[in-house]
Amino acid sequence: MTNLSSAPRTQTPRMRPRFGWFSDRWIAVSFLTPTMLLLLFMTVFPLIWSLYLSFTEWSVARNTREAPVWVGTQNYVDLLTNERTWERFVVTGQFVVPAVVIELVLGFAVAMLLNRKFAGRGALMTGLLIPMMLSPVVVALFWRFMMQGDGVLNYYIEAVLGVPPVQWLTGRSVALWSLVLVDVWMWTPFMMLISLAGLSAVPKYLYEAAAVYRASAWFRFRHITLPMVTPLLLIAIIFRMMDAYKLFDQAFVLFGLGGGPGRSAQTAALYIYQVAFDQFNTGEGSALGYIMLVVIIALANIFIRVLNQAKTGQ
Amino acid sequence: MAEVRFLNVVKRFSTKSGDVLAVDQVNLEVADGEFLVLLGPSGCGKTTTLRMVAGLETATSGDIFIGSRRVNDLAPGERDIAFVFQFYALYPHLSVRDNIAFPLRAQRISREEVDKRVQDVAQRLKIEHILKRRPNRLPSGEQQRVALGRAMVRQPQVFLMDEPLTNLDASLRADMRVELKHLQHELGTTMLYVTHDQTEAMSMSHRIAVMNLGVLQQVGTPLEIYNHPQTLFVALFIGSPPMNMMTCTLSEGRHLQAKVGNLRLTLSSTHRLLSQEREQNVAFGVRSEDVHIQSADRASDVMGTVLVREPLGDETIYQVDVGGESALLVKALPREVFQPGERVGLTIDPERIHLFEAATGKSLLAAAEKAG
Repeated sequence: MTNLSSAPRTQTPRMRPRFGWFSDRWIAVSFLTPTMLLLLFMTVFPLIWSLYLSFTEWSVARNTREAPVWVGTQNYVDLLTNERTWERFVVTGQFVVPAVVIELVLGFAVAMLLNRKFAGRGALMTGLLIPMMLSPVVVALFWRFMMQGDGVLNYYIEAVLGVPPVQWLTGRSVALWSLVLVDVWMWTPFMMLISLAGLSAVPKYLYEAAAVYRASAWFRFRHITLPMVTPLLLIAIIFRMMDAYKLFDQAFVLFGLGGGPGRSAQTAALYIYQVAFDQFNTGEGSALGYIMLVVIIALANIFIRVLNQAKTGQ
Repeated sequence: MAEVRFLNVVKRFSTKSGDVLAVDQVNLEVADGEFLVLLGPSGCGKTTTLRMVAGLETATSGDIFIGSRRVNDLAPGERDIAFVFQFYALYPHLSVRDNIAFPLRAQRISREEVDKRVQDVAQRLKIEHILKRRPNRLPSGEQQRVALGRAMVRQPQVFLMDEPLTNLDASLRADMRVELKHLQHELGTTMLYVTHDQTEAMSMSHRIAVMNLGVLQQVGTPLEIYNHPQTLFVALFIGSPPMNMMTCTLSEGRHLQAKVGNLRLTLSSTHRLLSQEREQNVAFGVRSEDVHIQSADRASDVMGTVLVREPLGDETIYQVDVGGESALLVKALPREVFQPGERVGLTIDPERIHLFEAATGKSLLAAAEKAG
């Protein structure tokens, strides 16, 4: 019987890899650390610091050498009992709801029209997506230019429609709708894009089955298209609603910090900016920021709940 | 209920690289109440043919009739048909009840009538317990029943089914085959059924229409198709294992003989009609069950060596090298055991052979029978 243990062994020389110390763990740590540090200093720290400041009375401009004075929930109580705070949220809502609804309806309608093959579809799509790709400030600047009293919009309104010019930026009842118009122009393509993704994901055989079963166009839309696309539309609404609620740049460029005539277009974001960086009430501004965050989280949660219900059909 | 007729039906698809002929001059009659299976490999045009009956594709030329109506120009909804799709096409956001009720609601039938018919169908298909559930949470067997229920609820003139059992596992497929056959028998509705699975076609249908490359190859009862294939394609496509096929030379001595490798086979009286084919190369086919394997010491048509033995339980398949271009497949009873490498004798029933013209693939026997 051969004794295996006594069989001569060939010694393989141990190769020491040049980058042996460069383990998977080391790579993971080295890649993640800069991002984590950035996130910590740029997001997590300000978030926690501003939460602390919201319970203090302090101004970043006035009393930088003094420590913030702890006032407990006083800032929140003051803000929530102040009629002006509620007015700003109502104004924001008055902007968000029509803007998002119009964007949804228009975007979905355009997506329905584009959801077929035809010559030049790609070029048309690219053209329609341009507003979404522009900087909000640039968009607001050229709309401000067009909406001026003697701007191109009023020129056409007078020349073509023969009606008196509209005070787009100075009319108390019109200002907010001007903001809605700009937002709709810019963000309808986003709704269109999401709707188109949803429409093209509906399997063709569902429509074929409906055609065999004599379903009318409206019946197909009502019972196939709409329910199949709804979950994606709800996601688009959540995105747009959260974004619109935070709207600052377009409103700032069109109306300035004051929010137009009689503050009629002063959104919550403009108001926060005014309190925090114009009046330099840093503590109160931080509290206002957190109130807005809670409102957005609450609204997003309601939509997510509706979305889940739409998905599970309960 | 109604018969379905195809008269010179052609379908061409336009693609960037030119026209593709999907269905070529199909002439076919499906009798009232008949269960006809369109059988063929992928891309043979069977689904396109079915979709033309449904109105989901438009025939390039030719006529399609359902009953006495020419339906070419009718919308799918006006043809009074029901279609069961390969992937069922159930609406994921609707309950099973609403899915089945969909065709009735689309026609604005009263709620009471809808409820009654849905209940009837559910009872017949034994799916009453899942009526409130969503179809995408059901196993594929139950999804299949829901799709059937939706097709049945309208009581159409013709059922069209596009590979409805493809997504089921093997045992469920076998169960559903029996159930579908029973259902069709009970309803008595004309049924046009597309499949690439010959077992489904053989076991369920009254007749089979075999298609290849858009051309209808043969129409007949399952046994006609199996026993008397009219083309080389049908002979090779039907049967498992496929028919043994070799080139052979016919020669005339005292009797007409087929020479296949080492095999010399004297043909039966029927085959003597083939005078014009003598001395020509033809394709020779014989099914594995028509070749008998026995020990080498017994009188045989040809000797060979066992290459592979495949015991399948109820039968054993041998691959036997007879010195020709390819080995012969032979079916044997499980009690006859031969080992790989063993010399064996093979006998072939001359009444059960098939001869095909090499150039056209057409059966010479069928041609001879016609001529006789």
